[in-house]
Amino acid sequence: MNFIRQVYAIVAKDIAAELHTREMVSAMLVFAVLAMFIFSFALDLRGAMARAAAPGVLWATVTFAGTLGLSRSLAREQQSGCIDGLMLAPVDRSAIYFGKAIGNLIFMGVVEIVLLPLFSALFNVSLLRPGVLLVMALGTVGYGAVGTLLAAIAVNTRAREVMLPVLLLPLAIPALIAAVQATAGLVDGGTLADVGGWTQLLVAYDLVIVAVSMLTFGYVVEE
Amino acid sequence: MRKPGPDWLGIILAGLSAVAVLAALGMVFLYAPREVTMGDVQRIFYFHVACAWVGFFAFFVTFVAGIGYLARGERRWDILALSSVEIGLTFITMAVVTGSLWARPVWGAYWTWEPRLTISAVQLLIYVAYGMLRTAIESPERKARFAAVYGIVAFVTVPLSWFAIRWWRTIHPDILTGGEGMAMTPRMVQTLLTSIAAFTLLYVTLLRQRVRLERAADALARLRLRAENEKGI
Repeated sequence: MNFIRQVYAIVAKDIAAELHTREMVSAMLVFAVLAMFIFSFALDLRGAMARAAAPGVLWATVTFAGTLGLSRSLAREQQSGCIDGLMLAPVDRSAIYFGKAIGNLIFMGVVEIVLLPLFSALFNVSLLRPGVLLVMALGTVGYGAVGTLLAAIAVNTRAREVMLPVLLLPLAIPALIAAVQATAGLVDGGTLADVGGWTQLLVAYDLVIVAVSMLTFGYVVEE
Repeated sequence: MRKPGPDWLGIILAGLSAVAVLAALGMVFLYAPREVTMGDVQRIFYFHVACAWVGFFAFFVTFVAGIGYLARGERRWDILALSSVEIGLTFITMAVVTGSLWARPVWGAYWTWEPRLTISAVQLLIYVAYGMLRTAIESPERKARFAAVYGIVAFVTVPLSWFAIRWWRTIHPDILTGGEGMAMTPRMVQTLLTSIAAFTLLYVTLLRQRVRLERAADALARLRLRAENEKGI
């Protein structure tokens, strides 16, 4: 119970900070919309081609916008010295990890909730379906979980913001493939059972990544 | 200070590797039969598979060394991890290059997103990132710690990547590669196993030398520090 209270306190702190500045969500959102436009122009997406490309463009957009928010989230801790305070506080290291990860997931989720109707309109596909929402949630959990761990590593390097995508994207490839395929299957009129293999792979990715990140996060933040 | 004698084990290992690699070469070109459909081009396969195997094995060693470092915090585990990554990168690069060279005459394109080739390329990217991470951190202790964590997280994604890439290829059947696999005769299997054994031996030899080099660099750094301190007094 105590553990949940500690996690909750960290999440609440991040949400309060975000409500004051609104810098993370707004940056991710504006970037995501820009990326969506860039993809449309670059690939000349219209009609049937836009529909076919929508799942891939959606996930590429979420992936790139995600790196932006993740690196900001941990950089903010670092700059304000907040992470030192957290380390001094009598809380479990894994509580800090879950607090940060859940906070990041909430921010990415907010961005996705705005993005999905926009995508549906621009690409003329219906993404606002329970199946797609489930796949979005599963993909985002895995991506955000490994992203939070790697962002904590990246902020302590010389290259900082540049380092996170280099570290994160190759490790996110399995989740990205599974999420795109599952979303595409659902957009093509399949049911959740039709894309069961992909969603199972996403669940496996989430479980493995969350477990490993939880176990190793303590080693990243210790000084 | 004791003057180090000749490194007999290193010399023996190097000699054995040389003999094994030459034997593998001989078997690849003289002993293994000519493949019926692909012809002599197929002979690159024996080196290609051996390189890929050494690459993945080397990254596995880095994974284990990462766990060792986090558990014990000893410098030698970090030396093992970084040495193994460097050698693994060399071999996985060779695997990707030989794979494309093989694909070109057989399938008509350098790159076909064949699952095994694709996952090798993904591993190449991951461990290039590992190398960049190491160079971007000043403090040796923090460098070792972060690298250990990344080496562990990176390796656990290998099976997930494998399933994802494999399924991704099966739902988009590749007309170029068509039917999977080729029939291997006993001579081919023997040649392949010899080649894998030879490259593994070469890996052990190189790993040992790389570890020694890093230890020597550490010893030199310590001596420099001592010399500077004595000058200061």
